[in-house]
Amino acid sequence: MIELKNVTHVYQDENNVTALNDINLDIEHGEFIGLVGHTGSGKSTLVQLLNGLIKPTQGKVIVKDTVLTGKKVNLKDIRRSVGLVFQYPEHQLFEETIYADIAFGPKNLGLDKDEIEVRVKEALNLVNLDYEKFKDRSPFNLSGGQQRKIALAGVLALKPDVLILDEPSAGLDPQARDQLADLLRILHQEKNMTIILISHRMEEIAYLATRVIVMHQGEVVLDGTPAEVFSHEKQLHKLALDLPQITEILHQLRAKGYALNTDIFSIQAAADEILNALRSKKKC
Amino acid sequence: MLKDITIGQYIPRNSIIHRLDARMKIIITTLMIISLFLIEGFTGFGIFFLFLIIMIFMSKLPVKKVLKGLKPILFLIMLTLVIHIFLTKGGEVLWSWKFISIESEGVFTGFFMVSRILLLILFTSTLTLTTSPLQLTDGIEYILTPLKRFGVPASELSMMMTIALRFIPTLLEEADKIMKAQMARGADFESGNIIQRAKNLIPLLVPLFISAFRRADDLALAMESRCYRGGEGRTRLHELRYHYRDFFALGTSLIIGIIVSYF
Repeated sequence: MIELKNVTHVYQDENNVTALNDINLDIEHGEFIGLVGHTGSGKSTLVQLLNGLIKPTQGKVIVKDTVLTGKKVNLKDIRRSVGLVFQYPEHQLFEETIYADIAFGPKNLGLDKDEIEVRVKEALNLVNLDYEKFKDRSPFNLSGGQQRKIALAGVLALKPDVLILDEPSAGLDPQARDQLADLLRILHQEKNMTIILISHRMEEIAYLATRVIVMHQGEVVLDGTPAEVFSHEKQLHKLALDLPQITEILHQLRAKGYALNTDIFSIQAAADEILNALRSKKKC
Repeated sequence: MLKDITIGQYIPRNSIIHRLDARMKIIITTLMIISLFLIEGFTGFGIFFLFLIIMIFMSKLPVKKVLKGLKPILFLIMLTLVIHIFLTKGGEVLWSWKFISIESEGVFTGFFMVSRILLLILFTSTLTLTTSPLQLTDGIEYILTPLKRFGVPASELSMMMTIALRFIPTLLEEADKIMKAQMARGADFESGNIIQRAKNLIPLLVPLFISAFRRADDLALAMESRCYRGGEGRTRLHELRYHYRDFFALGTSLIIGIIVSYF
């Protein structure tokens, strides 16, 4: 689906920062990728490469058999299939009504009126906002969380095959965060979208992702299933990254001698596992 | 692409010109600009140019960077030259074809005006290149202070300028981000005719203005909660102080200014 071959990106300014250094990645259709790494590790640069907003200094980016670095590439087509939700996406709202704002993307794709309406309805439905109630309101009178939903709907209305989100839960309250996680799960499982999620919240990553990629100073240092990646506890700590709280607890219990499976990322399953371990300990 | 814009770019160097008092530099620049408009012949421009070269040399600025500052006004310079050469009449007829003619007065005035503009821009850009924006606004505040008696809000003005300068890079960064976000939604900023392009800017400008207002609001609140209340009784970390070198610079400039005005 998406392939990166020896991609290097250097920002061309006075500092000449190497944001990405010789990256090779292969992303398959239907994967849910959690992209982690602390600030300045190159995550945001990487995702901007994937829909042609910036071009790599060296190497090739291939999306759906199209080489983005080649000549005569229709970037609009790429952006139609790779949707990108930036940090604080609510800062890009600009239209007078919510309907018009969400319709901005589909309109740019050159769709007809009826199709646009269908897509706006669908997108609002996905983010759990009532179409009739919201379509004529101004996006600027909404709460921050609702604005974020509208901005997200604006990208969803493009119906991308790949959805990339750059810290979508930053600054949201716990309830909105849970709703967002549910939405991402639905998009991945029911709508069959390939999702790349950048997040600092390891719980979110562990709970949602099927594959975790850890970046550090422009390089991929760990790449694997959440269970694999989070088993490298020491290395993650060295990179100033946390483990999910659940994993942290399970790891510590195991260190104390409890026979536990540490590859568990949902609260309920972890609770069951701990109970089981405690019971079997009592018996002996 | 927006990062190419350079306004009042300051190049830090350790030179005597950099160390001059900002107030004095502003005063000298004003004096030299006045003398530039009193010059009546090319000898004056020659002396002025020599003075400028020595000054740039002393300031240790990279010459390329200084000349780069002329790029945005290149069109204006060419236009001035062409208009004067073709439209200013008088003196000998040097060349003519049907109703178009070039006369000596026109050539003289053309080059005269162009020299004036070039020197003006070069001199003022050495001021901004050798003085940090903060020092510059500080200097302006000091110079305007006597006018407070007549109701000129000197400290407010200088604070406004400081804030404006401070937020240029921030706003550029923000614009770049919004542009990318809208491009990800299929917006097109690069094609179409002028009207179409202007229309296409709406998705960029509206969020940019909104965020600028929000920032302004936040900043005002933050300043108020730290008890900011204008310039009254306010002391500063770096007091501006005149040194001998400042008076020496002023004296030299005065002499040069008077000399060139005679030519």
